[in-house]
Amino acid sequence: MVENRPVATALSHLVLVLGVLIVAFPVYITFVASTQTAEQIVQNVPMSLLPGDNFLNSYRFALFGGVTEFGTRVPPAAPMLMVSLVSALTIALGKIAISLLSAFAVVYFRFPGRSLVFWMIFITLMLPVEVRILPTYKVVSDLGLLNTYAGLTVPLIASATATFLFRQFFLTIPDELVEAARIDGAGPMKFFKDVLLPLSATSIAALFVIQFIYGWNQYLWPLLMTTDENMYPVVMGIKRMISGGDAATEWNAVMATAMLAMIPPALVVLLMQKWFVKGLVDSEK
Amino acid sequence: MKIKQLALAISALAALASSPAQAQAPVEIQWWHSMSGQLGEWIGGLAKGFNDSQKTYKVTPVFKGTYPESFAATVAAFRAGNAPHIVQIFEVGTASMMAAKGVIVPVDQVMKTAGIKFDPSVYVPAVAGYYTAPNGQMLSFPFNSSTTVLHYNKDAFKAAGLDPNNAPKTWPEVALAAAKLKASGHKCPFTTAWQSWTQLESFSAWHNVEFATQRNGFTGLNARLNITTPLHVRHIENLANMAQQGLFVYKGRNNAADATFQSGECAMYTGSSAAYGGIKRNLKAEAGIGALPYYPDVPGAPQNTVIGGASLWAISGKKPEEYKAVAAFYQYLSDANVQAKSHQETGYIPITSAAFKITEDSGFYKKNPGTDVSVTQMIRKTTDKSRGIRLGNFVQIRTIIDEELEQVWAGKKSAKDGLEAIKKRGDVELEKFEKANKG
Amino acid sequence: MSVEKRVLFRSWWLPWALVAPQLAIVCVFFFWPAGQALFQSVLREDAFGTSSEFVGLENFKILFADETYVASFRTTAVFSVLVAAIGLSVSLLLAVMADRVVRGATAYKTLMIWPYAVAPAIAGVLWLFMFAPSIGVVSYALRSAGMDWNHLLNGNHAMTLIVLAAVWKQIAYNFLFFLAGLQSIPKSLVEAAAIDGAGPWRRFWTVQFPLLTPTTFFLLVINIIYVFIDTFAIVDAATSGGPGKDTAILVYKVYHDGFKAMDLGGSAAQSVVLMGILIALTVVQFRYVERRVHY
Repeated sequence: MVENRPVATALSHLVLVLGVLIVAFPVYITFVASTQTAEQIVQNVPMSLLPGDNFLNSYRFALFGGVTEFGTRVPPAAPMLMVSLVSALTIALGKIAISLLSAFAVVYFRFPGRSLVFWMIFITLMLPVEVRILPTYKVVSDLGLLNTYAGLTVPLIASATATFLFRQFFLTIPDELVEAARIDGAGPMKFFKDVLLPLSATSIAALFVIQFIYGWNQYLWPLLMTTDENMYPVVMGIKRMISGGDAATEWNAVMATAMLAMIPPALVVLLMQKWFVKGLVDSEK
Repeated sequence: MKIKQLALAISALAALASSPAQAQAPVEIQWWHSMSGQLGEWIGGLAKGFNDSQKTYKVTPVFKGTYPESFAATVAAFRAGNAPHIVQIFEVGTASMMAAKGVIVPVDQVMKTAGIKFDPSVYVPAVAGYYTAPNGQMLSFPFNSSTTVLHYNKDAFKAAGLDPNNAPKTWPEVALAAAKLKASGHKCPFTTAWQSWTQLESFSAWHNVEFATQRNGFTGLNARLNITTPLHVRHIENLANMAQQGLFVYKGRNNAADATFQSGECAMYTGSSAAYGGIKRNLKAEAGIGALPYYPDVPGAPQNTVIGGASLWAISGKKPEEYKAVAAFYQYLSDANVQAKSHQETGYIPITSAAFKITEDSGFYKKNPGTDVSVTQMIRKTTDKSRGIRLGNFVQIRTIIDEELEQVWAGKKSAKDGLEAIKKRGDVELEKFEKANKG
Repeated sequence: MSVEKRVLFRSWWLPWALVAPQLAIVCVFFFWPAGQALFQSVLREDAFGTSSEFVGLENFKILFADETYVASFRTTAVFSVLVAAIGLSVSLLLAVMADRVVRGATAYKTLMIWPYAVAPAIAGVLWLFMFAPSIGVVSYALRSAGMDWNHLLNGNHAMTLIVLAAVWKQIAYNFLFFLAGLQSIPKSLVEAAAIDGAGPWRRFWTVQFPLLTPTTFFLLVINIIYVFIDTFAIVDAATSGGPGKDTAILVYKVYHDGFKAMDLGGSAAQSVVLMGILIALTVVQFRYVERRVHY
C-alpha cells in the first residue's frame, strides 16, 4: 500500500484466507450437499466433503421443478426468485431513499422535535418483529394489501439502521463544504444532490447490499400475508421443501435451491465492489 | 407512489391470469395446512381428487408453514376477519381451539348444516376420541394421525445376537437388548424422538394411568399434571440409568432422532409410526416395527397409545354454501378407499375401521410387515384415562418437559426432581389457561 | 443527541417534508401495531382474542416469579457480551487486512460478505449439519481430536454453538461496514503519517481508528441490538434453548411464547421488559460512548 512490507502482506493474506475458510465453510457445505443425492446426505456419517455427481439432477429439479422418483414434487424456483427479486429491490431502494432524506433533515436542520423524530425512528429496532407481526397483519389486511407487492414491501421499508448510518456519516462531513455551498447560493436540496449524495456512495453501496439481502431473505412476513402461491418468495419455497414432520426431505434439492437463492445476493455484492472503489477515488475531502 | 401502481398492476395481471371464464363458478373454500415435502404432494392429491370428483365445490390447499406458524397465521387472520375455511391444527393445540368461544364450528354441526347424515361410530375410537367432546360431539375432523411405536434395526440385532424378527415388547427387554447391542460395539443402542409424547403421554395411556387429572383434561379446565406417581418416576429413573450406562443416548428434541435411526447410527428408537416412509427410503439396513414397550407388571397394560398429528378445524363466520363444501370435503376424506390409499401412501393411521379392513384384505400389511402395528395399537376400546390429552398451553408444557428431562439425562437432576419440576412449572401454565378461558 | 453541526440550513417546512415519508410508515406500520401488541401485556386473553380481561401487572408478576426466566437474564448477558466482543474484533481485524491487500481483494471481499446472504432458515439447518453430535462434519472432526462434542446435553457446548452461529452471521455484516468505513478514509492522511515515519500499527491507531469511530459506534449499537433482538432464529434452529434452559436467551422465550405457544399476554410482557433493557443500554451508549467518537 504505502511501503512494501512483504512479511506484513503475507500475514494479511494468511489471516484473510483463514477467515474466508471459516466464514465460507457453511456455504461450501451447502454446495457439496447440493451435488449429492438425498440418500447420500442422510446415510453417510459424516456427510462426505467432496462434491458428488448429482449436480445436474439437483439443479434441474431446483430450477424447473419436477417429480422425483419417489413421487415428491419439487416446486420450480424460477418464479419464486422473481418475487424475491422485486421485493428485495423495492425494499432496498425504498429504505435507502427515505433514510437519506430523514438523516439529512435530522443532521442539517434545527427544528423542534428533531431529537424526538430521530428516536422515534430508532426505536423501531428494539422490538422483535414477531411480537408485532399479528397486529401488523391486521393493519395490512384492513388496508386491503394482502397478497400484493405493496403489502410485502412497504411495512418493511422504515429503516432505523440506514437512518442511523447516514446520520453517522453526515456528521463526519466537514462544515466547510456546507459553507461553500451556501456562499455559492445553493439551497439545501442542491447541496444534498450535488455534494452529499456523491460523498455517501460508499455508505449507500454497503447499505444496498445489506438491505437487499434483508429483503431477499424475508420468510415470516410473506408467510403470514400471502395465500397466493404466485407471491411466494424463494425462502418460503425452501422451507416448504424441508419436511419438518414425518416425510423424507429432498435435501439435495433444498440445498440446490438455497445455492440458487444465494446467487443474486452474491451478484449484488460483486457489483457493489465497484462503488467501494469509486468512493476510494472520490474521497479526497 | 410508483410502488403502489406497480403493485396494483401486478395484482390486476395476476387476477386476469388466474380467473377462469366460466358461467357457474364452483364454491371455493381455502384449506390451510402444514404439510411440506412429500406430504405436501399428498395434500395436493387429495384436493385434486375431490375437485375432480364433482363440479360444485372446489378446495384450494395453501401451505402456511409449520404447525405453530400456521396456527399463528390463523389467529392473525381470524383477528383480521379473513380466516380460511379449514385449518390443519396440531393435536397439541386442540384445547386452545376448543376453548376459544365462537371460533370453530364442530364437525357434526357442519354436517348438519349441509344436511349430510353423520355417523361418528365408523371412526376408530382411539383416533376420533381425541377430538371428541365428553358428550360425544366430534369437534374436529381427524386427518393425519400417527402413534408411538418402536423402530428397530434388524441388521444391528442380528449382529448383536438378537432375534431380528422379535421386537422387544417390554421395557426390561429393551434394556437387555440395548446391553447386548452395546456389547457388540453399537454406540447408540436406544434413543427416542418426541420424548414428551413417547415417554410420558403415550406411556401413561399405554399403561392405563392418567397423565393429568380430570381425565387428562377432558372433563375440566382445572386439570393438573399427574406425572409424579411411582410408575412415572420408575420409568424415568430407568431411562436415566440407561443414559448413565450409555444404553440410551439422547439425540435431541422433537424428531431429531429420526435422522440418527435412518443413518444407522442408532439401533432402536421410540418415535412416530409415520416415520416409516423415510426409514424405508433412507436406511440401508432392514428395519422392523414393534409396539411401544410397556411394563408387564402394571395391571391393564398394554391399553392403547395416544395419537399424534393433526386434525381439520372448520372456522366460523362463513356462508352456508361454503360449509356445504366443507361437509362434502369431509365426506370425501372419510371414504374408505380414499382413506386406505392415504394410509398406505403416508403411514398415517386410517381413521375408519373400514379403511383398515380394505388395507388388510389387499395384503398390504403382509407385503410391508410392521405397518399394521400402529393400527392394532389403536383399534381398541379406550378407557377414560387413555382417550387422549386435552390440556391448554400444551406447547409450553411440552417444552418444559423437554427442558427438565434433558437435565435428568445429563445427570443434573434425579428423575423424581425432574418430574416434580415439570409438575410445578406445568401446573402454572395450566392455571394460566384456566383463568384465561374461564369467562 | 448532543452532537451539533455548527452550520445548519434554515427552513421551517423542509425538514418536516423530508422526514414525513419515513415517519408516516413508522407510525402506521410500527407504532400502531406495536402499541396494540404491547398493550396485550396487561391483558389476559385466549389466543383468538375472543375473551379478554384486564389484569394489570399480573403477567409481569407471573414472569418474575418464574426462576427460569430470571436465570435467562444471566444467560443473555453472557451470550451478548461474547457475540458483540468476538464479532466486532474479528471483523475489524479482517477488514483491516482486506483493506491492506491489493491482490485478490475482490475475491476476499466477496467471499467474506457472501455468507451474510445465507437465509437464516437455511443457516440453522447448516449448523445442525455441521454440529449434530455424531453425524455432523465438525463434531466428527472434534471427536477425532478427542473432544466429546455433545451440545444436546452439555450446556457449555450449546452456548459455544450459538455464539459461533451468531458471530458468524455478524462477521460478514460488520466486515462490510468496517471496510466501507476504512475505504472512505482519505489515503492522503494515511500517506502523510507514513511519510512522518509511522509504521502500520501506529498508523492504524493514530489515523485510521479515530476516523473509524463513527462506524465503530454505529456497529457497537447495532450489534448489541442485534444480539438482543435478532438471534432467536439461530437459537431456535440450533438448540431450541436447550439443554434445559442453558441457551434460552430472553428473546427466544419471547418468540416461543408469542409465536409458538400463542401466549400473547406473556410474550408482550416480556417484550416490554426486553425493550426497556435495550432502550436503557442504547441511551447509555449515546450518552457516554458517543463522547469518544471523532466526527
